[in-house]
Amino acid sequence: MAVLVNSETRVICQGITGSAGAFHSEQMLAYGTKFVGGVTPGKGGQRFKDSVPIFDTVAEAVRETGATASVIFVPPPFAADAILEGIDAGLQLVVPITEGVPVADMVKVWRVLQGSKTRMIGPNCPGIITPGQCKIGIMPGHIHMPGRVGVVSRSGTLTYEAVGQLTSLGLGQSTCIGIGGDPIVGTRHIDALQLFNDDPDTDVVIMIGEIGGSSEEEACAWAKQHMKKPVVGFIAGATAPPGRRMGHAGAIISGGKGTAEEKYRAMEDAGITICRSPADMGRTVKDLLRAA
Amino acid sequence: MKIHEYQAKQLLAAHKVPLLQGGAATSSAQAVEVARGLPGPIWVVKSQIHAGGRGKGRFKEDVSAEVLAGVVEGTPQPGKGGVRLAKSLDEVRAAAQDMLSKTLVTKQTGIDGTRVNTIFVESGCDIARELYLGVLLDRANGRDVVMASAEGGTEIEEVAEAHPEKIFKVHVDPVVGLSAYQARQIAFFLGMTGKQVNACVKFVQSLYKAYQAFDCSMVEINPLVVTKADEVIALDCKMTFDDNALFRQPQVVQMRDISEEDPTEVQASEYDLSYVKLDGTIGCMVNGAGLAMATMDIIKFHGAEPANFLDVGGGATKEKVTAAFKIITADPAVKGILVNIFGGIMKCDTIAAGVLAAVTEIGLQVPLVVRLEGTNVELGKKMLVESGLNIIPADNMADAAQKIVAAVAAKEA
Repeated sequence: MAVLVNSETRVICQGITGSAGAFHSEQMLAYGTKFVGGVTPGKGGQRFKDSVPIFDTVAEAVRETGATASVIFVPPPFAADAILEGIDAGLQLVVPITEGVPVADMVKVWRVLQGSKTRMIGPNCPGIITPGQCKIGIMPGHIHMPGRVGVVSRSGTLTYEAVGQLTSLGLGQSTCIGIGGDPIVGTRHIDALQLFNDDPDTDVVIMIGEIGGSSEEEACAWAKQHMKKPVVGFIAGATAPPGRRMGHAGAIISGGKGTAEEKYRAMEDAGITICRSPADMGRTVKDLLRAA
Repeated sequence: MKIHEYQAKQLLAAHKVPLLQGGAATSSAQAVEVARGLPGPIWVVKSQIHAGGRGKGRFKEDVSAEVLAGVVEGTPQPGKGGVRLAKSLDEVRAAAQDMLSKTLVTKQTGIDGTRVNTIFVESGCDIARELYLGVLLDRANGRDVVMASAEGGTEIEEVAEAHPEKIFKVHVDPVVGLSAYQARQIAFFLGMTGKQVNACVKFVQSLYKAYQAFDCSMVEINPLVVTKADEVIALDCKMTFDDNALFRQPQVVQMRDISEEDPTEVQASEYDLSYVKLDGTIGCMVNGAGLAMATMDIIKFHGAEPANFLDVGGGATKEKVTAAFKIITADPAVKGILVNIFGGIMKCDTIAAGVLAAVTEIGLQVPLVVRLEGTNVELGKKMLVESGLNIIPADNMADAAQKIVAAVAAKEA
């Protein structure tokens, strides 16, 4: 079961013939994802790795393959257009991996997403994986293990760090969602918590945030009222100076807002078990499960 | 990306945002030329640096260390600031001479201050009221927001903290854009009357157009002034841009002033490395922004302070790793280095080769702890150990942080 994606999810890749798209499409195929097609305008009719059909448009790919999800590796100037094409084709899930999409473009995409039947994860994200079933994105599949811990994070490698810790402790994951490090992302912490809360295959959630914005606070306000499962929280950037962008476009403390301390306070207020050292994320989950 | 006030005003002028007449100068003679071309009889001479708080700032060359410390704390100080009023061309010349090539310290620059290379000479005006207007992204609902307040001249964050009810916000639907009725709401909230109303509406609309046209991440007009002649004019302007959109903003990119940026950060950006200088002693090199922040945090957690944020990115090549090493080791404050790479799909032996090449090329004066994780991790570790170089391998993040903090402490002792 898990959330959003499983062994039945039919996945296509927009930008399959670019270098990143081709490399990661191969990795997704190798992982066992039900990878049914690719889209590169002008290359319709060709095949990827002599097997996967390539189409000119997303609409055609959906019609021919029954795809329900798309992973997008289109370069920043054209990424928003690719997302809009995916929404228009009626995909249930679009996962733009692309880093560096102009914020003004995402404001328009966000507006179109409202009222559509499409969920977006990203942009500027590692993607989503249900271990052993479906990998949509760029995360290393081999560090994951099927299990009952839900993972949600704004980061890429920090998510891998958390997953690595869990797996080495023998704690598998139900689904891991990398929501992305941009100011506007399609799925926020709150959405992920809601999904995990309703998922019978998830027992506990690890929520990883970082400085900037208020996605964590928003999720905590909801969790305080509604979350039925234990949550462990870590916030990256307690040592980050204000006013400086820390790599991610969205990781900036502006006007004194979006500090790690504020977010930790919101977590504690919502009954979330916080861990202050990123080395303790896995262990904190284990201790919590033992106590439960 | 940030630009200077005079550059921001050039961009605003292109969208017909009402401004006072003015021009930039890099010498006192040029300043007088500019002033001569303006109506007068009052001119304002303004230091052009990227930081705010210029009027309350003081020049390093003019005042004592105590005064400068007070400026940084935000307490009022005696002496002359970085914005001056001139009542004659001679006074314009004197003000320009007095500010150019000096170092202005403001609340936002920090104690080191910023050198003034350019000044902006502007006509004066008869101010009736000082207000605030800003446009930025509201991340929480994914829309641009126009914010207005009658508390001009004060930092908007202070107003938001003390009197949130004194800030009026309208959100812009990206499909319909900013409507005239929304601009009118702002005008009436700001207490505009008579012909001020339409002037304000036009101002707000053209300001939003400029914000959109140049892919700004923020435009702030503080103060926005209403003159005694009922004009609505931008007195000061701060503009920052979405770095992701610079590829389609050649005019903005040309306005970049590298002298305002940290030289190391400029060097890092040339290698596509994301680097931020910090005040501690442990240099770090990490792949991924979140993990890089977490690495800084764990250094602090184990009792030391990070010297920098450095994200080598997903595809850390040998060249990038070498460049990153040079940048870290060039900082004299660095007493130890922690490399934390979660390779994932990347092969650890490739990363180890990059680290070894960098160390061989530039030498190693301080303890170096390397933590690798991912494909071929055992091979990567073996390469580091067998290199004979003084590299301390670590098994995980906590181990890495403890080892580098201990190694630096041992060396200092």
